[in-house]
Amino acid sequence: MRQSILPGFGPSLGFTVFYLSLLVLLPLSGLFLKTAGMGWERFWETVVSPRALASYRLSFGAALSAGLINVVMGLLVAWVLVRYRFPGRRIIDAMVDLPFALPTAVAGIALTSAYASSGILGRPLQALGIRAAFSPLGVTIALTFIGLPFVVRAVQPVLEELDKEVEEAALTLGASRWQTFRRVILPALMPALLTGFALSVARALGEYGSVVFISGNMPMKTEITPLLIMTKLEQYDYAGATALAAVMLVFSFALLVAINFFQQWEHRRGAAA
Amino acid sequence: MGASPGGGRVTRIILIAAALGFLGLFLFVPLAVVFAQAFEKGIGWYLAAIRHPESLAALRLTLLVVAITVPVNTIFGVAAAWAIARFRFPGRKLLLSMIDLPFTASPVVAGLVFVLLLGARSPLGAWLSAHDIKIIYALPGIVVATMFVTFPFVARELIPVLQEQGRDEEEAAIALGANGWQMFFRVVLPNLRWGLLYGIILLNARAMGEFGAVSVVSGHIRGKTNTLPLHVEILYNEYNFAGAFAVASVLTLLALLTIVARKVVERFADQGAAPAAATGAATQGAGSAVSRPDGGASEQRGGSGINGDREGRS
Repeated sequence: MRQSILPGFGPSLGFTVFYLSLLVLLPLSGLFLKTAGMGWERFWETVVSPRALASYRLSFGAALSAGLINVVMGLLVAWVLVRYRFPGRRIIDAMVDLPFALPTAVAGIALTSAYASSGILGRPLQALGIRAAFSPLGVTIALTFIGLPFVVRAVQPVLEELDKEVEEAALTLGASRWQTFRRVILPALMPALLTGFALSVARALGEYGSVVFISGNMPMKTEITPLLIMTKLEQYDYAGATALAAVMLVFSFALLVAINFFQQWEHRRGAAA
Repeated sequence: MGASPGGGRVTRIILIAAALGFLGLFLFVPLAVVFAQAFEKGIGWYLAAIRHPESLAALRLTLLVVAITVPVNTIFGVAAAWAIARFRFPGRKLLLSMIDLPFTASPVVAGLVFVLLLGARSPLGAWLSAHDIKIIYALPGIVVATMFVTFPFVARELIPVLQEQGRDEEEAAIALGANGWQMFFRVVLPNLRWGLLYGIILLNARAMGEFGAVSVVSGHIRGKTNTLPLHVEILYNEYNFAGAFAVASVLTLLALLTIVARKVVERFADQGAAPAAATGAATQGAGSAVSRPDGGASEQRGGSGINGDREGRS
């Protein structure tokens, strides 16, 4: 790579590294030091305690289900927004960003109010015998809300760029619409869908604000891992909170690696096309 | 069976209905609920809830946190984007991943690391409290936690913009004898302005609304360390639902404003970057080409391909 004549490399990189070290590296290393200091046995005891295991099950289960719902429904929303023209399309397109812009606590109380058994959506569900708020389903609903824009926004640009001629060729050659979708469109969208899925799962795993209100927070039943960390902190069990936080951070890193991988795959696709 | 790629009329109606139904259940009903609940006890009650001294104190604190966080993180974002988009150096990818970390780390974990580092039980925290400096359960803690959660926004927005723009104009400025600051203020910043504004809007929205991280470090002292989102939680947990939703409706309005601002910026950016493009007939009004005479729609597209490729390989 040719050496640039552009100035400012030293100061900009210096400031970036300094700021990141202060804000991220130092605190994070503090966390891992604290974890290392508590000893393996104690650490293991904390992170595989029944209550912790129950919280992982709920956090992962709900985050993955919400991610899957968002893959299917997000693809549908992106498809409808890109391919069809209907009144209000622009407004609806803009509103897809609401979960990014709305404070999570507001989302939490609004969803709780809507899906509680006395709420406008909770009542009909209750009549069907489905308990939405204060159950694992409620957690999934909140996480679906939080992750909704990720898949839509990942898929939308790819769908817009997609060459319609290829689809038309497939259709002219006698493929059914479903075949065209499955064999031509879906493979092209795969990297974007996976990126969106991974992003929404990553966000959902750590999500706190929107979930605490709707989940009901019953230990072993509707307690997500971030809430368990919070509970331990409130009980001054710093070591326990730290151990769980370390586990969550490891998963955050892993998802980050996965997201990078999917995005690079997408870039390669884009470059090859 | 119609042969249009979009599908037949019936398919189209079913798909649109399904998408709108989903968005209705997950977006529009909760949104409507916020305002319905906020005004449940009438407008007088609503105004009283918002004008309550504790609500106003929370608003002031939130604005203060935003006023500190946004400028600092904007400067960081510009510096980081410049270093990463314009130069190649060992550890560049790692740095990029570090910048993404707050996107995937739990806000609760973000708050926790600062409690561990600066709280009363840590050596640093003990030293600070010996010198009567309060960080955790006080304003500085809230600011630091908010900074952690929001620092990627500007950098993440600017890096692709810088990469697409290419460095020709900047190199020309330097070759013609401009110094670094002249180049930055006359070339880089004008080219970046929409991307920068876009990033700041997102940063601002998140800084105002952050809940989890702030909740860990704030200590929930009423009228003192309660930001607006935390105030919503307190009112809600006291079963003061109308009050909670009244304050929440203010935050919701700010969120809607964010979305509108975002769209406006997007439209201006489109106008500036691609005046000749056929997209968006509505934006092709008079004077659309004024803002960016370089008019490099085709040039830009070429640039993005190369950069995409480079990004993929590096």
